[in-house]
Amino acid sequence: MWVFLITEVMFFGGMFLAYIVYRAAYPDIFALASSSLNVYIGAANTAVLLCSSFTMVLGVRAAQLGQKKALAINIVLTLLLGFVFLGVKAFEWREKFIEHHVPGPSFHFEGVAMQGPAQLFFSLYFAMTGLHALHMVIGAGIMTWLLINAIRGRYSADYMTPVDIGGLYWHFVDIIWIFLFPLFYLIDRHLK
Amino acid sequence: MTQHIDSVKTYAVIWISLLILTGVTTAVAFVDLGPFSVIVALSIAVVKMMLVALFFMHLRHSGKVTQLAMAATVLWLGIMVAFTFADVATRGWMGVPGR
Repeated sequence: MWVFLITEVMFFGGMFLAYIVYRAAYPDIFALASSSLNVYIGAANTAVLLCSSFTMVLGVRAAQLGQKKALAINIVLTLLLGFVFLGVKAFEWREKFIEHHVPGPSFHFEGVAMQGPAQLFFSLYFAMTGLHALHMVIGAGIMTWLLINAIRGRYSADYMTPVDIGGLYWHFVDIIWIFLFPLFYLIDRHLK
Repeated sequence: MTQHIDSVKTYAVIWISLLILTGVTTAVAFVDLGPFSVIVALSIAVVKMMLVALFFMHLRHSGKVTQLAMAATVLWLGIMVAFTFADVATRGWMGVPGR
């Protein structure tokens, strides 16, 4: 599982690199575009995801101790928090469609002469948050599968490797968001 | 397979710390620190990553090989970024004909 996570780091790493390069090339426009994102929603969603990591780790702990009921409850909570995160993300994306901040023919970002770099920012925003959300959806699938097996009583203190690995994946996706949040929402906020 | 079980209290402390750090990084983002804004935001992100990796992902109880592999991953990512910038940042330095 750790090896898979290493490949994932490189997968996301390439996109982070693309973001860094273009942000260095067009700092002013990226700052303006970044400031148009709602930082409070972003921070709240970060908190939701951190809470889901907390319930996940409690679930893994319950599995280690063989507490089947606590395991199922914590997986359900993790799943619910994951859906809250995705729901908020969907709401944020919807706002972008209304504001014409989605890259494409109807794209328009107010107050900048060069629309190209602004589109680039939102392309990266959608690609990276979208890829992250896809990981969340896959994570929700893994959680559902773990939940079904947990309810069936398949996991015990002697056999809980799937829970452990599912937890590693969930925390990894959390870490990706820990970096996406400051890069997209925070670092140019003071310039506005 | 590690079978080191942390207490709920440990996890709760880490969880609260993560939430506080999120609040701090959001608040600091509104303060003009010049170029240090990026450094502060990313430093806090790295601290949060370490907390999640070491405690929630049990990396501090993992074997040395796993720890080394994760450290190497971060290192290679750093090399990738550094070398890319060595290229991108210096491209304009020499007047290459045709560009």
